[in-house]
Amino acid sequence: MSIVQTIVPDKLGHFGMFGGRYVPEILIPALDELTETYNKYKHDKDFAQELDYYLSEYVGRPTPLYFAERMTEQLGGAKIYLKREDLCHTGAHKLNNVMGQILLAKRMGKSRVIAETGAGQHGVATATACALFGIACQIFMGVEDMRRQELNVFRMRLLGAEVIPVSAGTQTLKDATSEAIRDWVTNVADTHYIIGSVVGPHPYPMMVRDFQSVIGREAREQIMEKECRLPDYAMACIGGGSNAMGLFGTFVKDESVKLIGVEAAGEGTDTDRHCATLTTGSPGVLHGSMSMLLQDDDGQVQLTHSISAGLDYPGVGPEHSYFQDIGRASYVSITDCEALEAFQYLSCTEGIIPALESAHAIAYAMKFAPTLGKNKLLVICLSGRGDKDVHTASECLEVMS
Amino acid sequence: MNRIDKCFAKLKERSDKALLCFLTSGDPDFATTADIVEEIISAGADIIELGVPYSDPLADGPSIQAASQRALQAGATVRGVLDNVKKIRERLQAESADAPIVLMTYFNPLQKYGMQRFAEDAVRGGVDGVIIVDLPPEEAGEWKSICDDTGLAGIMLLAPTSTKDRIKVAANMGSGFIYCVSRMGVTGARSDVPVELQELIENIKSATDLPVVVGFGISKPEHVEFVTRFADGAVVGSALVNIIAEHAGSQELVCRAGQFVKELRTGMARRE
Repeated sequence: MSIVQTIVPDKLGHFGMFGGRYVPEILIPALDELTETYNKYKHDKDFAQELDYYLSEYVGRPTPLYFAERMTEQLGGAKIYLKREDLCHTGAHKLNNVMGQILLAKRMGKSRVIAETGAGQHGVATATACALFGIACQIFMGVEDMRRQELNVFRMRLLGAEVIPVSAGTQTLKDATSEAIRDWVTNVADTHYIIGSVVGPHPYPMMVRDFQSVIGREAREQIMEKECRLPDYAMACIGGGSNAMGLFGTFVKDESVKLIGVEAAGEGTDTDRHCATLTTGSPGVLHGSMSMLLQDDDGQVQLTHSISAGLDYPGVGPEHSYFQDIGRASYVSITDCEALEAFQYLSCTEGIIPALESAHAIAYAMKFAPTLGKNKLLVICLSGRGDKDVHTASECLEVMS
Repeated sequence: MNRIDKCFAKLKERSDKALLCFLTSGDPDFATTADIVEEIISAGADIIELGVPYSDPLADGPSIQAASQRALQAGATVRGVLDNVKKIRERLQAESADAPIVLMTYFNPLQKYGMQRFAEDAVRGGVDGVIIVDLPPEEAGEWKSICDDTGLAGIMLLAPTSTKDRIKVAANMGSGFIYCVSRMGVTGARSDVPVELQELIENIKSATDLPVVVGFGISKPEHVEFVTRFADGAVVGSALVNIIAEHAGSQELVCRAGQFVKELRTGMARRE
């Protein structure tokens, strides 16, 4: 099956009023080159074969669609399936996109790759692929994130990447992304920038979505096999929104499948310490595209907070803003405490330690599934494993106990 | 004739080039910005570029990032920047009164303020043009028509990576002047100016009658002298911002800024 979905965006990368290219002129030719290369290879048989090879032999796809039987029984409502992206090589869905982009970078003759990272999962995935292909790799990471994700910093260095600390601004994902863009502006001739989510200027939101769409395509096939029908709900956590877009894409045209994105409410959306962009933000431009944004009345980007570094971002992918706008998906939020509870719940109920990011989706399912009938089917994207988070979690749980 | 066109026409008459000086508005505070602007115009700055502080300035290097942060911490807002231009205009006397003032901003604060409202308030306050760092022609349609309606110059940016087609598009869309980025990278003082620059400027000039100025990395009198051999003007930003940072809070600040601009001007005069 083709990896391409064609409804949106338009030629300039607009999803309704969202998306587009809000970047300095200097980057436009590189984005044009990338768009052209992507458009050329997305229909190319050799490219698809090479990508499929690495996805199955290296990433470990397909990942299982696991029936969470104990969780289903205990919650007493909808039948819950977990799409096990945590079983991908490097421990999260991030490598799906990175493999696609690194194969493009090779074809564009780029000798150096850069990436931003928050939780470190995308950084580790990028460092991994660069090690595999022998490409020089530099990862930009906020100093605050380096502190809370120390293990991933070590992993990236072990994989041969250089981790560049970013001490500007809030020292988190937002600033790491800005710094990566500044580097790209300077070194665009020989460097490819692998953005890790469905954010950024066109073609990134479209391209990353397409590379992640393998999640949904597999899930669709697997649920048809197991249940002979489509799910009633597809659910995923949302920072930038790439695992959610990967799961949602295949179901967009199936109106019977309701799509639910779960954002991070941090210490609560009634406080100023959260990153629930879609549920509380307003339209604005960050990192090259128009989307919903957490900003003040003066258009300054707001400080955010989440226990999960991967969701701690004031923006969101433009296609999610579009889905919200046209009512195709709904977006809810989960607090730090609820996510921590789900983190423990899934660990001791199913023997699966979820990433704190993914725990947000689990937490919403714990509230939502019991309200549904037993004949309903709920597919949750378990986007990553929680090993990286045990340190953060144990610190928080100690404080709470 | 508007102030920008008048400025370049006057310079052309005496075969001179434009010195454009950038500073972040509200760094360290609005009153000081106004003092500096008045001083550097007397010292020889032909056009003033005022930066609108933004939390995430992704085309700026460390100097202007820090200036933005200082201004925001001191309470600068978009409204404040516009009001301050009005105050500056009221203070400028005699020949200085004709000096064009343009704003350099990122798109988000402007769109949040409202494009139409921003343009109207800017014109009312005496702003002559606006440069939006992250609004390429693809996304600039609505903004251009607002500029045309309000008489504000919509100044377009070009870069070393701009193709011939893109140069044409920007030339057709832009007004006031063309701002050409000298090199790959972000803003910031550098030790040299790329030699390929002349060819780029010549390419742009063959596509437009608009004056073409060069910015990014221009920090010394000899840079200004070199660039204005073939361009219509040179923009000095980070180097001036560094002086402001260094002397913030000192009584010398305004005088030091003036001295620096005088040196830059002397560099240009040496050419003749």
